[in-house]
Amino acid sequence: MPRTARDVVFVDGVRTPFGKAGPKGIYHETRADDLVVKCIRELMRRNPDLPPERIDEVALAATTQIGDQGLTLGRTAGILAGLPNSVPGYSIDRMCAGAMTAVTSTAGSISFGAYDVVVAGGVEHMGRHPMGEGVDPNPRFVSEKLVDQSALFMGMTAENLHDRFPHLTKQRADEYAVRSQEKAAKAYANGKIQQDLVPITVRRTNEEAGETGWGLATQDEPMRPGTTLESLASLKTPFRAHGRVTPGNAAGLNDGATASLIAAEDFAREMELPVRMRLVSYAFAGVEPEVMGVGPVPSTEKALAKAGLSIDDIGLFEINEAFAVQVLALLDHYGIADDDPRVNQYGGAIAYGHPLASSGVRLMTQLARQFEEQPHVRYGLTTMCVGFGMGGTVIWENPNFEGAGK
Amino acid sequence: MSTDTTELLKGAAELFPDEVVTQAHVRHLELPGGVGRFALITLDNGFDHTKPTTFGPASLANLDAALDQVEKEAKEGEIVGVGLTGKPFIFAVGADLKGVELLKKREDALAIGQGGHAVFRRLADLGVPTFAYYNGAAMGGGVEVGLHCTYRTVSQAAPAFGLPEVFLGLVPGWGGCALLPNLIGADRAVSVIIENSLNQNKQLKGPQVYELGIADAIFEGADFLEESLRWTAAVLKGEIEVVRPEIDRDEAWDQAVARGRQIADGKVHGAAPAAYRALDIIAAAKSGDLRAGFEAEDKALADLIMGGELRSGIYAFNLVQKRAKRPAGAPDKSLARPVTKVGVVGAGLMASQLAMLFARRLEVPVVLTDIDQERVDKGVGYVHEEIDKLLLKGRVNQDKANRLKALVTGSLDKSTAFADADFVIEAVFEEMSLKQKIFAEVEAVVPEHAILATNTSSLSITEMSSQLKHPERVVGFHFFNPVAILPLLEIVRAERTDDASLATAFAVAKSLKKSAVLVKDAPAFVVNRVLTRFLGEVLRSIDEGTPVEVADRALAPLGLPMSPIVLLELVGPAVAHHVSGTLNAAFPDRFGVSENLGRIVAAGKRNLYVYDSGKPELDPEVDALFETGDVVLTEEQVRERALDAIAQEVRLMLDEGVVAEAQDVDLCLITGAGWPFHLGGITPYLDREGVSERATGRRFLEPGVASVPA
Repeated sequence: MPRTARDVVFVDGVRTPFGKAGPKGIYHETRADDLVVKCIRELMRRNPDLPPERIDEVALAATTQIGDQGLTLGRTAGILAGLPNSVPGYSIDRMCAGAMTAVTSTAGSISFGAYDVVVAGGVEHMGRHPMGEGVDPNPRFVSEKLVDQSALFMGMTAENLHDRFPHLTKQRADEYAVRSQEKAAKAYANGKIQQDLVPITVRRTNEEAGETGWGLATQDEPMRPGTTLESLASLKTPFRAHGRVTPGNAAGLNDGATASLIAAEDFAREMELPVRMRLVSYAFAGVEPEVMGVGPVPSTEKALAKAGLSIDDIGLFEINEAFAVQVLALLDHYGIADDDPRVNQYGGAIAYGHPLASSGVRLMTQLARQFEEQPHVRYGLTTMCVGFGMGGTVIWENPNFEGAGK
Repeated sequence: MSTDTTELLKGAAELFPDEVVTQAHVRHLELPGGVGRFALITLDNGFDHTKPTTFGPASLANLDAALDQVEKEAKEGEIVGVGLTGKPFIFAVGADLKGVELLKKREDALAIGQGGHAVFRRLADLGVPTFAYYNGAAMGGGVEVGLHCTYRTVSQAAPAFGLPEVFLGLVPGWGGCALLPNLIGADRAVSVIIENSLNQNKQLKGPQVYELGIADAIFEGADFLEESLRWTAAVLKGEIEVVRPEIDRDEAWDQAVARGRQIADGKVHGAAPAAYRALDIIAAAKSGDLRAGFEAEDKALADLIMGGELRSGIYAFNLVQKRAKRPAGAPDKSLARPVTKVGVVGAGLMASQLAMLFARRLEVPVVLTDIDQERVDKGVGYVHEEIDKLLLKGRVNQDKANRLKALVTGSLDKSTAFADADFVIEAVFEEMSLKQKIFAEVEAVVPEHAILATNTSSLSITEMSSQLKHPERVVGFHFFNPVAILPLLEIVRAERTDDASLATAFAVAKSLKKSAVLVKDAPAFVVNRVLTRFLGEVLRSIDEGTPVEVADRALAPLGLPMSPIVLLELVGPAVAHHVSGTLNAAFPDRFGVSENLGRIVAAGKRNLYVYDSGKPELDPEVDALFETGDVVLTEEQVRERALDAIAQEVRLMLDEGVVAEAQDVDLCLITGAGWPFHLGGITPYLDREGVSERATGRRFLEPGVASVPA
């Protein structure tokens, strides 16, 4: 049967404010599934023209699919969110690129004609599910030296990246981190971020963590506006004595969820849904697990090649800031300046936090807002590094593009 | 907090050292949309939802302290509003009744009302708007604390919302009677405060709370609190204007109160004060004078708390809520054997009702047997029709209906049908030799572990099982008609019944969702023995010459669900006659057999009254059958005679060990005969009216149990 690939668009994206993992974090007593359920409900509220029964799939990512992140979260969250029983769902895991993979996998299916519109997102409650919870790595990894032991610890892989690229110094990483905090504070002051946040009620019963009772999370908890190079200089390097990676130039351990609506463009137009970004291409690629932070380099090469574009065609970048050095490695590869204004205009995960499997959609939501504001930009990309040596890149086209510039 | 309130609550708290104290946590948040800083108070007793949040004196003091804090913040312009909500699934379920039971003095009772008002009222006067977010179950004082707020939202998922005070014997006295009619109109307030309360404490669900106008907005459970806060922001910003319908303060108000009185008369017949006190306050609330309304509430609360009806009501509530769930004398439940298939001998109406109940609740195969195919088909047909009715009402879906119908079958061949049954109950005609024969037949075909149960209402189970090889597995399983409605199940231990069989019987009862009471194998067990004794005294008065109408009115001051003659009609003269015969044989001194009743049965009359004129009048045909003496008693004399007889009979039953305690007699009468809470079943009433002492020389219950402690 003849078929035509359909264009796929990013309709809308929302997220919870991100919290700090741990007993004093805002979400310490909040379930992970509730976080993502509330994102789905917000999407439905913001897009009343979309009848819920038309949703063809709920694809949700979580790295640690245990407890409140288990039980085939895509399905159970759909039911909890009040979607009709007829809407199916499934769970996805590609660690940090979980939500990104939820978007690309469903996008592939949309393009193929299997779906018209889907919910794609992710959640990670690293307080309830610390990294490595319940893992059981095959002993062959070490005995056959398939990977170095450091590959399992993301902070160590970031130190390895500094080793590989000695010119990417701690100083540059710290400077990058300070800028990320500054840009995030500015984006907040200008109301760029809050418009896509879902307020979450949070319960606290532990007096040591602050006022008890029900509260409301309305902004990202990890942000540290006013961060200076001096304040960063004094931080410890937990992954290596006299190392370079600190809590200040890396994303923290966080709790949060994201969700997006991804649709066939023809369907979105028919239902009069917003069309915020058009998918151009995507790619995932692998590198040595010990330097997973360099993963975005081959994945971006691959995605650009598939799109027939060059790096010069990209007008806006949303790069996940798991570690400053990992962003710098990508920029360095392409000869882009550390403070290039096209890169992470609203700041990144160093300021907002990085609840692993949820972050991919945060990048897209922010890029979509930048597209709206900058109609002279035609293409942008979202990219992130992934544990065990991977990278993922998605290239998007700005539907607001007015034909000037790139 | 005023010093008066502090002192008041401190004094009250000293009287109630065991209070489960609710905290009122104040937490601040930024409302969405830049509206400002908001103080949200969470009521939380620190337990999970299985122990709902309540208000005792120390809890009220905590809320008072929280209000001190937010009032100050409001005055200083630090906050734009105050919200009130509960822990997950629970808002608050009202006053802690355990504290009420301890109160001995009227002034202490008065303090409870005044203390609640003093604290709750502050929510109307903080200087900033206040919002109640009914996130889950809200009852009594929990509902009332929200009524004092400026605005209310309710969760679509709120499972239970109501003012159950009148059901227990109180009035909604922390603002409910005065505020609710002024919020939603008198007629709706009467529905909530009087009608629902007296209709077995019917609860509202979230959507009804909104439809009635109690809540200004409703949101789904998934993000109820988020949406409530968003709504709050919109209200404070002026984006949403809350418009409430105008209250009709003309005739409609008086009509509503009159309707309430009719409902109360129909249910308690003037015998319990609570509904009437509540209606008086609702009637006066027409003026809109809240201060006067609150004072009237305080006074009503104090009067009622010091009255026997409320104490009996709380006692009855605890029997039904607690004792019914942990039957006194039941063996360890670990001894119970599984029941995976049930046999029913007989396919008449009672047997069919039993088959329906077993199939629906146990969801195991149920086989009806009888002596011919026609009867069997009729029995199975009845069950299938009942299942269809459930389907039509939406109580079960098609899959469940299919499942239930497939479970119920009929057979003429007991040996095949019962070969793998774990529990066989007989519901055939009340005749000892017939039942003995059936048990012998059944015993021959059932597995060794199977329980043999009988639904006899008056025959000796020990005798019934005397010819069996294994009498230890026989239990009495006495239901009350209509089986689907009356909760009571009298489980009878015969002389040789063993613990495992008894434990199995209790486990089955629990699965059937019945309130089981363990009784000894004594004639007519509990309910029928009390009812027959009391009915016997009324009939004896009539036989001796008291007019039927006079004798029938004699018990009216108790507020029983029906008069003695109407009860006789419901039971059926033939059955009543049969039971009185059994009891007469056992206890000829106390149980007579009314000759006039015999004549009614012989004439085939089912009813004594005709209702042609709209009210009950003695059927002239029945009147013609009657042969009476010439001793005419007054209503009071008949009542005294009947009550003395009940007291004497209950005392004898306790002395014989028919049940463990007077509490079990009361539980039986409440759940098996529908006797009212304000009587506490019956023994609290007999105690407080002095009948127990007069008739038996002693009380049934210690002072302080179902009565004001000395």
